[in-house]
Amino acid sequence: MSTVYDGESGEFVPPQEIAAAQDESLLQVLGLQVEFRTRDGVAKVLNGVSYHVNAGETLAVLGESGSGKSVTAQAIMGILDTPPAFVTGGSVTFKGEELLTASAERRRMVRGEGIAMIFQDALSALNPVFTVGFQIAEQLRLRRGMGKAQARAAAIELLEQVRIPHAAGRFGDYPHQFSGGMRQRVMIAMALALDPEVLIADEPTTALDVTVQAQIMDLLAEIQRERAMGLVLITHDLGVVAEVADRIAVMYAGRIVESGGAREIYRRPGHPYTVALLESLPRLDLKGQQLNTIKGLPPSLTDIPPGCPFHPRCRLAQDICRRQVPEPVPLDAARSSACHFTGELMDRV
Amino acid sequence: MSEPILEVTDLVKHFPVQVGVLFKRTVGHVRAVDGVSFSLARGETLGVVGESGCGKSTLAQVLMRLERATSGSVTFEGRDIFSLRGQELRRLRRDVQIVLQDPYTSLNPRMTVGDLVGEPYEIHADVAPRGERRRRVQELLELVGLNPEHINRYPHQFSGGQRQRIGIARALALRPKVIICDEPVSALDVSVQAQVMNLLGELQTRFDLSYVFIAHDLSVVRHLSTRVAVMYLGKIVEIGTDDQIYEHPTHPYTQALLSAVPLPDPEQRGRREVIRLTGDVPSPVDPPSGCRFRTRCWKAQDLCAQEEPPLVDRLGHPSACHFAEERPRIVPTSA
Repeated sequence: MSTVYDGESGEFVPPQEIAAAQDESLLQVLGLQVEFRTRDGVAKVLNGVSYHVNAGETLAVLGESGSGKSVTAQAIMGILDTPPAFVTGGSVTFKGEELLTASAERRRMVRGEGIAMIFQDALSALNPVFTVGFQIAEQLRLRRGMGKAQARAAAIELLEQVRIPHAAGRFGDYPHQFSGGMRQRVMIAMALALDPEVLIADEPTTALDVTVQAQIMDLLAEIQRERAMGLVLITHDLGVVAEVADRIAVMYAGRIVESGGAREIYRRPGHPYTVALLESLPRLDLKGQQLNTIKGLPPSLTDIPPGCPFHPRCRLAQDICRRQVPEPVPLDAARSSACHFTGELMDRV
Repeated sequence: MSEPILEVTDLVKHFPVQVGVLFKRTVGHVRAVDGVSFSLARGETLGVVGESGCGKSTLAQVLMRLERATSGSVTFEGRDIFSLRGQELRRLRRDVQIVLQDPYTSLNPRMTVGDLVGEPYEIHADVAPRGERRRRVQELLELVGLNPEHINRYPHQFSGGQRQRIGIARALALRPKVIICDEPVSALDVSVQAQVMNLLGELQTRFDLSYVFIAHDLSVVRHLSTRVAVMYLGKIVEIGTDDQIYEHPTHPYTQALLSAVPLPDPEQRGRREVIRLTGDVPSPVDPPSGCRFRTRCWKAQDLCAQEEPPLVDRLGHPSACHFAEERPRIVPTSA
């Protein structure tokens, strides 16, 4: 990519702005490739994923099941199960430091303090045989060298920060004694214990009811603002994304097919998959809406179609789509789309 | 409106809470469904929305007569379903079918698709004679958009959306009149969810089906339903047409629920009223006195603790709130 397509002037310009934007990014993933070697063959789960997140910014990674959004997060954290998962290429840098080649010891230091993660299912992410207080304080004692009383006080303060009522009294409760929303708060408190600079939230509200989901999203947004954290929000929910994301990366079959500013992407999506996703979503604010479905199913990762992985389901597919993998084409300083026909698509809208 | 096909009156389902191993003592009751009334017209879809624990799935089980009601009645085509026996009960099973939420656990992994979809004919042999079953099953598979040649495959060879289609084919096998859909699309991805929703819509028109559509996703319910009932802790708090519930909700819970749904439109950020409920849903073992929503309601007064608000017509449709009123800008209407 030597030039950048400037949507305003309709001309190609040097990509200095993109380079500049990426230099300051806190966390950067570049061309990440991961495969799962199983008895049934090699599944190419990530095929060159690139994204970055800056301090104080929310990046939403949007995709359906099997698109690779959680695997990317696990690769960043260094918590992939190997085997079957192997990182076969690409890089992950945190504040300029390469993580993939770093020592296990170094990665352990980055986990929690640099980058922390919360998961969808808080009940299985928390250890059922220890109290929540112990689980939060444990990190503070091991990593911060705090004494028992000091760690306890710090843990209670964290529980208060995530607005658990009667935090001091609940310090000694076990995970099963909390409701779903409260458990999610406990997990957030745990992730915040070592004051991370980047928080990866993997479907943090998917298992929750809508009124509780709203509470948790408000809490995450507030904490992020206060601490100027970079937030990577992994989700399949187009509504949640629209409410909180600054930028979006849309994933399909282990690739980022489109990325850019949230408003711009919703207003004028640049990839046929994004268009189809938005059209297939039933909306609360639309009456008598016609749902356009995406035909077929996402591809099997052991057998990804040649060319563009979306072509069998795409309305715009032509011969070239079956032969050649579309590279991400920069549309402006912050946007790119991996489609041979992005130009046509965006002119139409 | 024609006469209702399904009529539910003051339906109550309590589950005993027992302690002890050998000598069980009942220490309380989970009031899963606590006085629910509604009717379902022929060819209509009644959406039932509510958060987990509001009793919507228990309602489905009682409507299917998988659970007996503690009190109250359910009549199907004018006959009380709890008094049916033998041949008549078998007839009811044919007319009322269910589609379940989880397409992974609701299909026996050891049975082929053909056996799964054709199993109802083992009991209702008169619907399809033995020699004709295979053909009937293939027709059903085609009807729900599956390849009829896959009749000998097993559930694990299908994706989630395809499995839900198998579940729908099975529900259709006996030509039912009513289908209870219990969260049929909540386990599916957006792109597949739309396919299944469109399929349910097409089948309804084609076979003149009536649906009770249970879901927690308000957008999905709006898309498919003609009328909507909102449940909270075992009770219906508001019921009305699509317009009444989504455009003119009067119950604070409905308003809060709608305002909590994130809209897939970044332009709406900060431009709509946000009502944030605090706390969690109270336990259905010991629901609050008076109005059950009062512990989380910003309008709650002494009256709400003393007197339970009945579900009666207020401002045009039934709403169970002493202080029912409309509120602007809950759901902004987009172009």
